[in-house]
Amino acid sequence: MKTFTYYPGCTLRTKAKDLDAYARSCAEALGIALEEPADWQCCGGAYTTAKDEIATKLSAVRTLNAAKQAGNPLVTVCSACHNVIKQTNYDISRDEDMAQKVNNYLKLDEAYTGETTVYHYLEMLRDVVGFDNIKSKVTKPLKGKKIAAYYGCLLLRPAKILAMDNPENPTIMEDFIKAIGGTPVIYAQRNECCGGYITMEDKAQAVKRSSAVMNSAADMGADMVITACPLCLYNLKKNSGSQIPVYYFTELLAEALGLKEDTNE
Amino acid sequence: MNKNLKEQVLRSSGVNVLKCMRCGKCSGTCPSYDEMEYHPHQFVYMVEKGDIDTLMNSNSVYKCLTCFACVERCPRGVEPAKVVEAVRLAAVRQQGSNHLSPVQIPDMLDEDLPQQAIVTAFRKYAK
Repeated sequence: MKTFTYYPGCTLRTKAKDLDAYARSCAEALGIALEEPADWQCCGGAYTTAKDEIATKLSAVRTLNAAKQAGNPLVTVCSACHNVIKQTNYDISRDEDMAQKVNNYLKLDEAYTGETTVYHYLEMLRDVVGFDNIKSKVTKPLKGKKIAAYYGCLLLRPAKILAMDNPENPTIMEDFIKAIGGTPVIYAQRNECCGGYITMEDKAQAVKRSSAVMNSAADMGADMVITACPLCLYNLKKNSGSQIPVYYFTELLAEALGLKEDTNE
Repeated sequence: MNKNLKEQVLRSSGVNVLKCMRCGKCSGTCPSYDEMEYHPHQFVYMVEKGDIDTLMNSNSVYKCLTCFACVERCPRGVEPAKVVEAVRLAAVRQQGSNHLSPVQIPDMLDEDLPQQAIVTAFRKYAK
């Protein structure tokens, strides 16, 4: 059994409990042990790219260091946490000035300079568990379901840092859909932004963006849309006006592995 | 032109604005294009010219979604989103210039709004 340090993040403890619960039950069924650090903090939701921003990067470094101390790779499910933590890890391993300032703040026993390997849960499924292995464990395949993978912005970009998939022609979620027995739907807006946090500032813009995504998926005949991000799920459900159901990818994985009752949809 | 402000934005963003060849791809791919008074390619150009106060006083700084589409798709690796971020920080770091206040939050909430939206908005709009 392979062990990962698991960072749930703020929203998986509150509005996205399903994303978290199914991630945990599926990992267990797939032979992955998830260990949650004792006192993690919210990642902040967005990576601050500015070089003179130090305090906003500390919580991500604390999480990275917790995994280093435990001797594990780190895995996250939420697209935003994944993006913040991977970008922080990339910069602290390359930007000596930033690394020094961060470590001056944190006063760790040993300086943290990017030692931890960070995975998104989907990467863990692909690279550690293996999609073929998942396929062999599926007891309730999502046969005949046309599933549109929504990558959004944070899962893939910036590609040189996240190093997860081709940012313009990704396949990881489609390969995941195939592994659980569904039929992937390719549509134009799958890697364009849903509007994200702009729903707080300008609802109309969030409505416009999320509608564009859902209309694009509907045009290609999607029965459902899957995402890894709680804010994407919110925008696609609440702001798009679309009736097509939107699920967390972990929920469909749990369903396929027989760990959940049918959604009846 | 405010020379110190320009230097601060260049240092904070880490961007070399001189690499821009003005092809406009960043603005063409920007999901907030229609909502912006000044567009990503104009941010790069106006920072180069030192016309930063104009950008700081425009609502455009609060329209960037930080989706990294312009960063990914720029053929010259200019990373315009980092320029927008640095200008926005220059604005909200000024005393009394927060764009979002905790007292506004209760009216914005609905039962499904994820915490992620709130923390991200504060990271973007306030210091």
